[in-house]
Amino acid sequence: MAQRLLACTGCHGKDGRAAGDGYYPRIAGKPADYLFRQLRAFRDGQRPYALMTQLLAPLDDRYLHDIARHFAALDLPYAPQPPSRVDAATLQHGELLARQGDAARGLPACQACHGRALTGVGADVPGLLGLPVDYLNAQLGAWRTGARRAEAPDCMAQIAQRLAPQDVNALAHWLAAQPVPQPARAAASAPGTAPLRCGSMR
Amino acid sequence: MRRVPLGLAGAVLLLAVALIWLGARDDETDTAAVPDLTRPELIERGAYLARAGNCQACHTPRGERPYSGGRGIPTPFGTIYSSNLTPDPATGLGAWSAQDFRRALHHGRSRDGRLLYPAFPYDAYTQIRTADADALWAYLRSLKAVNRPNRPHALRFPYDRQVALRVWRALYFRPGRFAAQTQQSAEWNRGAYLVQALGHCGACHAERNAWGASPDSAALGGGLMPMQNWYAPPLGGAQAESLARLLRQGVSDNAALLGPMAEVVLHSTQRLSEADLLAMGRYLQSLPRPAGPAVSGQRPSALRMERGLKLYETHCARCHGDEGRGVAGAYVALAGNPAVLEEPPANLVQVVLGGAFAPSTAGNPRPFGMPPFAVELSDEDIAAVLSYIRNAWGNQAATVQPLDVQRWRGSVRP
Repeated sequence: MAQRLLACTGCHGKDGRAAGDGYYPRIAGKPADYLFRQLRAFRDGQRPYALMTQLLAPLDDRYLHDIARHFAALDLPYAPQPPSRVDAATLQHGELLARQGDAARGLPACQACHGRALTGVGADVPGLLGLPVDYLNAQLGAWRTGARRAEAPDCMAQIAQRLAPQDVNALAHWLAAQPVPQPARAAASAPGTAPLRCGSMR
Repeated sequence: MRRVPLGLAGAVLLLAVALIWLGARDDETDTAAVPDLTRPELIERGAYLARAGNCQACHTPRGERPYSGGRGIPTPFGTIYSSNLTPDPATGLGAWSAQDFRRALHHGRSRDGRLLYPAFPYDAYTQIRTADADALWAYLRSLKAVNRPNRPHALRFPYDRQVALRVWRALYFRPGRFAAQTQQSAEWNRGAYLVQALGHCGACHAERNAWGASPDSAALGGGLMPMQNWYAPPLGGAQAESLARLLRQGVSDNAALLGPMAEVVLHSTQRLSEADLLAMGRYLQSLPRPAGPAVSGQRPSALRMERGLKLYETHCARCHGDEGRGVAGAYVALAGNPAVLEEPPANLVQVVLGGAFAPSTAGNPRPFGMPPFAVELSDEDIAAVLSYIRNAWGNQAATVQPLDVQRWRGSVRP
């Protein structure tokens, strides 16, 4: 299967384990259903990125499932994250939002859905660690502007729209600076009840 | 001030009036009786014919309900938006009759009499038999209605005017059903019908002129697809069986269909009957094989070949092999591959820039994919490596210039 998917690992790194120093996110070990949804969204134009749309256009859902399962099943060590370039106050603000959220603004903590260790939950919710800061910034920005969407109710869009630009920056930098626990497996369930209803979670 | 001779001005005016009048002639009404549109066999046959015509490819925006329209088709004249073909009375074809639908297919005219843009390939569909038009109509009637208003086209002046369409039709559109050639076999005629009428292969596989018309579309001599910048190669002389296999599986031992054609296989040809695919192959095999591209352009310099070799060893040789022989069934051979020698080398540039998968089909459910190099390689690098593969291992073709790569780098498919 890896021989068939050299088209993916060209950008996403050997075995799909891209390190946190570029733009392209790691795909190895991400939850299978999450990966499938992203592949389908790229192919069908809900997640706009012309290179991915063009590449996936001739593939059917069955193969997209196979591709998602292939990368999800890879359990590979993470490279250490590059050191952060921002000040301590920014990192502190990011940590606060990720661990506690901001009830006054209706912002749940990242941990509430993405797991206490932020390594993802089940087959639907992706981990947030081990990703490049530029990628995290771009994704949170895209959720805010509506360029990235998910099935309704689109909980991530609702959350991102409540974030200010400095929140996005702080979160991206703090998340990208965290060491990835080994092994970085997804948790079986979220720590509590989900704070929002999400169309992309079963 | 130079004076235009009165006679010449008069002649030009007369010609313009004649063209405009000719382009708006009344169409003959097709008075054949309309069959019972609710018969399941008719609907099923219509569904099959719609697949052969790949109607849903243009009439479905990515990720939306099938046939609900609104997909943008970029053209050199602006963007055309496909229309909603579902039976919704307000926004689709709910109020249309079978006669209206026949007229749209055969004469390129909407229900209200407006002339349609030939991005809807009625210059091909005019050949569709009335019985098949009715089957297609029965199938479209059976779809679930989707309320989705049509989006107005975004065309530049004067292409946004009906009068432009009148002139175009007077020059390039001749209505008429497919006429079987009695000296040819039934299989050949079936293939010719599918290729020329429903399949509208000439929409891509023939050169378009400045008016967006392909006056020579029946010859299928190949053409650069406007806006998309993929080259649809000539189809004449292909071997029938291997062509049928390519259309069914998307790959053969030494070839893979990529780019826009991979999507045609995914949505259309892989789901056609073996007999129909063979018939299409038989017909295309009978068309004259074009002379291979003459090596007329400049050959690459030694310096470019050297740079190309280094890049090839770093990025390509692992899959395509030191001798460009590839691995049968996985990585296509580059040595002796006609697609590598094509003029213009648009497809090579597209595949190296954007990467490509062959389509997933029943016969090849997990196709191999080529990685994109748009980010990693510069225009000069890509020109060098392509010039190298076009002139290594006995291959001979013109050099690829960085300008060629730059020209095609910017094209984005919808």
